[in-house]
Amino acid sequence: MTYMPKIDRRSFVIGTAAAGAGLALGFDLTPSESADATPEVNAWVVINPDDSIVIRIAKSEMGQGTLTGLAQLTAEELGCDWSKVSTEFPTPGQNVARKRVWGDFFTAGSQGIRSSNELVRKGGAAARMMLIQAAADEWKVPAEECSAANSVITHAKTGRKTTFGKVATAAAKVEPPKDVTLKDPKTWTIAGKPLKRLDTPDKIVGKPLYGIDVRLPNMLYASIRACPVFGGKVTSYDEAKIHDMPGVKKVVKVGDDAVAVVADSWWRARKALDALPIVWDEGENVKVSSASIAQWLKEGLDADEAFVGNKSGDAKATLTGAAKVIEATYSYPYQSHAPMEPMNATALYTADKCTVWCPTQNGESALAATAEAAGLPVPQCDVIKTYLGGGFGRRGQTDYVRQAVAIAKEMPGTPVKLLWTREEDTTHDVYHPVTQCKMRAAFDDKKNLVALHMRISGQSILAYQLPARMVNGMDPLVFVHGLMPKGPEGEFGYNIPNLLIDHAMRNPPIPPGFWRGVNLNHNSIYVESFMDELAHSVGEDPLAFRLKYLKPKHAAVLKAVADKADYSKPLPKGVYRGVAQIMGFGSYVAAVAEVSVTNGQVKLHRIVGGTNCGYAVNPEQVMRQIEGSFVYGLSAMLYGECTVRAGRIEQKNFDTYQVMRIDEMPKVEFVVMPDGEFWGGVGEPTIAVAAPAVLNAIFAATGKRIRNLPLKDNDLTSA
Amino acid sequence: MIALSINGKTYNVDAESDTPLLWVIRDTIGLTGTKYGCGIAQCGACTVHINGVATRSCQVPVGTVGSKQITTIEALAQNGKLHPVQQAWLDLDVPQCGYCQSGMMMAAVSLLKTNPKPTDDDIDAAMTNICRCGTYQRIRAAIHAAAGKA
Repeated sequence: MTYMPKIDRRSFVIGTAAAGAGLALGFDLTPSESADATPEVNAWVVINPDDSIVIRIAKSEMGQGTLTGLAQLTAEELGCDWSKVSTEFPTPGQNVARKRVWGDFFTAGSQGIRSSNELVRKGGAAARMMLIQAAADEWKVPAEECSAANSVITHAKTGRKTTFGKVATAAAKVEPPKDVTLKDPKTWTIAGKPLKRLDTPDKIVGKPLYGIDVRLPNMLYASIRACPVFGGKVTSYDEAKIHDMPGVKKVVKVGDDAVAVVADSWWRARKALDALPIVWDEGENVKVSSASIAQWLKEGLDADEAFVGNKSGDAKATLTGAAKVIEATYSYPYQSHAPMEPMNATALYTADKCTVWCPTQNGESALAATAEAAGLPVPQCDVIKTYLGGGFGRRGQTDYVRQAVAIAKEMPGTPVKLLWTREEDTTHDVYHPVTQCKMRAAFDDKKNLVALHMRISGQSILAYQLPARMVNGMDPLVFVHGLMPKGPEGEFGYNIPNLLIDHAMRNPPIPPGFWRGVNLNHNSIYVESFMDELAHSVGEDPLAFRLKYLKPKHAAVLKAVADKADYSKPLPKGVYRGVAQIMGFGSYVAAVAEVSVTNGQVKLHRIVGGTNCGYAVNPEQVMRQIEGSFVYGLSAMLYGECTVRAGRIEQKNFDTYQVMRIDEMPKVEFVVMPDGEFWGGVGEPTIAVAAPAVLNAIFAATGKRIRNLPLKDNDLTSA
Repeated sequence: MIALSINGKTYNVDAESDTPLLWVIRDTIGLTGTKYGCGIAQCGACTVHINGVATRSCQVPVGTVGSKQITTIEALAQNGKLHPVQQAWLDLDVPQCGYCQSGMMMAAVSLLKTNPKPTDDDIDAAMTNICRCGTYQRIRAAIHAAAGKA
C-alpha cells in the first residue's frame, strides 16, 4: 500500500465580492477619479481635449497581447483614431465600487478576448453613440444623420465636422443608450488587423512596468521562506542570530508555514534570511516521493472506479473480442510555471486601509485576498495591477499577495515589497498536475479502428483549486480540455464507434495549478501519440489515418497545416515528420514538426502550427502566441520535470529546472484560419500540439516511442 | 560608501562589498530596467554592460567593479533616439511579457559590437538568455535586422 498523506488545502476566496451586479453596457452613474480632470465618456473610454484617448482594460497583460486586442475591439466600435489610443487598468476596487462595470478581471483559460469581446465592443459603441449625440445636440440635427470615423464626427448633409475631443465633455453628460448594435466583423478596420502592440515602446526602454519594479517612499523589502515540505509548518526560528545584520528591520512569521525577513534592501533581507536558523515541522508529507506518487497513479490505471467523461458504444466489450488490440501506457510529470519575474507583491497597510501593487492574473481575487489578509472590508482595500513578467497560470494564485499583506500588517504605515527568490518560486509553485494514462484500442479484421479506452489516472486541479466546481466528485476539467463528446470548448476529434474516456482521480499532496494549456498538455500527448501508434500498427500514414476518423473542423486545420508543411513532399535526408491535432480552449489546432536525431540528440528544424480560433482580433498577435506557446510546450516536453523527494520539490533554479533557449528554437510557420463562426482562445491551445508532433517525428526518425515525459529522461542514443 | 559609474553618472552607494551589482542598480540606485530572474547567472535577465561587455550583474560583487563603466538598458537610447537594437525590437514587436527583454537587448548590443553581422550559429552561441514567453524567433530576426546598423 502506497502511503499518501492528505493535501493541506488553504482557504480560497474567489473574487466575487460584488458578483451579480449589473454589467449592462458598462455604464453606471459614478464618475471615476481620472488622473486628469477630463470626465470619462463611459467606463471604457476617456477622451481628452487634445483628442488623445484612454481605453480602460480590465484584463491583465502578461505578454499574451490581450491589452492591444481588447483596445482594438473597443476602438473599432468607438470609431477613433488608433494612433491616439493609450490604455490604463482600472483597479479591482474601482470595479467593486462601480458594481463590476468592467465585468470580471480574471485573465486565464485563453479567455481574455473571447469572454469579454462583447462587453468592450458595446462599451466602445455606446461611447461612440454618446459622442455623436453630443455633436448632434450642438448642431441641433438628428443623431442618425451623423457618423463617426477616425475620431471625427461628420454631419453629411451640412458638411459640418467636429472631433471627439471637442465634444467629449458634453458626451459624458448624454444619457447612455439602452441598446447598441455592433459592427459586422467583416467591416472591421482596426480589429482583425495586424496592428503593432501598444505595450512595446515601454518594454524596450526599461521602464518600471512590473510588480518587482514598484518603488514607494520609505519602502522596505522582504524575503520569505516557506517550509520546503508541502503542508509543513514553522516550529521556531532564532531571531537573535540575525538582529545585528545590516539593514534588518524585522522578522515576521507569515501564516503557520513561512518566515520573512524585512530589511532596507532586498539583498540584505535575503542574506539575513539565509542566516536565520529555522526549525520546521515537516509533517507527514515528508514520506512522499515521485516513486510513491507514480506507484499510486499506476494503481489507478486499472482501478474499477473511475469518472466517465466521454462514452459511446461499449469500448470495453469491443476490446475484449477484438481482432487486434493495441495498448500503451504514458506518463506526464509535475512542472513548474517558472515565469521570468518571480512572485512578488508590495503592500501598504494602515489601520483603515490596505493597498497592494502586484502582477496578478486575477485582480479581483487578489483584492479579496488582500481584504482577508488585512482583516479589512473590501471597500477599504485596493489592488493596483502592474504588467506581469509572465503569468502562465501561476499568477491566478493569491499566496504571494496574502504573504505581502501579512508582512505589511506587522509594519503599519510602511510599504513592504515582498519578492520571492527563484528558488522559492520553483519549490512553492502550484504545479502542472501529474498523470498517467493507459490507452487501449481495438481494430476489426478490416483494420478499422472500432474502440478506444483512454484511462487517465492522476491529479485533479479543481479538487485543490476550485472544489466548488467539482460535479458529484468528478473534475469535469479533466475532459473539457480536448476530450469532450461535443461542445464549444474541447471536443474530442475522432469518430470512434466505441469510446470510453475515464479518470481515476488520485490527488497526491503536491499542490496542482492551472499551467498554460492545463490538462490539454497531457491529454494531447496521450491521444496524439497513441493515434500515431495506431496508424503505424496498421501500416498507415499518420496523417491519412487521422483524417479517416477526424471530424470536419478538426480535419480542416490539420489538412491546412499539412499542406503548408508540404507533407506530401520528401524531406531532406535524416529529417522526419510528426503530426498532431487537438481542440482546446475553443479553438481547433494542429502542427507538423520536422526533426532529426543524431547520436541521440534531437534537433528541431521546423514546426508549422495552425489554428482556427474563430476570430483573429490581431492576426500578428495570434502568430506570436503560436510561436511562444510552442516554446513553452517544447520546454516542457524536452526538460520540464519537478521531482519529489521527502515531500519537497528537488529542482530549485534554472540550472536544475531547464528550459529551452534560442539555440533549440525551430523555425515556426503559421496557418491562421479563423472561420468567423465562434470565438476561440489563442494563448493556450497551440501549446498542446507542439510536443506530440515532435514526439511523433522522433518516432519516425528513430523507431523509439517516447511515452514518459520529459524527453531528457529517455535515452535515444541506441535508437 | 562605494563609488560607481553608471550610465555616465557617479553614484556613491551604501552597500556591503559582496552585494551583487544587480541589487545595487535596482534597489539602491533605482534603475529597475535591469531584472532579477535567477540570481545564478542562468537566465541573463540582469545583463548590463561593464566596459561595454555584456555581463550578468547578479554575479558581480559591487566591490569588484571599481571605476569600470556600467551601462544599463535605461542608457541604451541616446539623445532621445533608440539604439538600432531597440528600434529592431520595436519594428518587429519582439517583447511579449517583456521581462527578459532588457537583458536580451543588452546581450544583443554586445554581440553586434564584436560581430556586426552574426550568423544564426553566432546568435545561438551568444544569446543564452532565457525567455519564457518564447520570443526567440523574433529575437533572432531582430538581431539580423539590426546587424550592420549598431
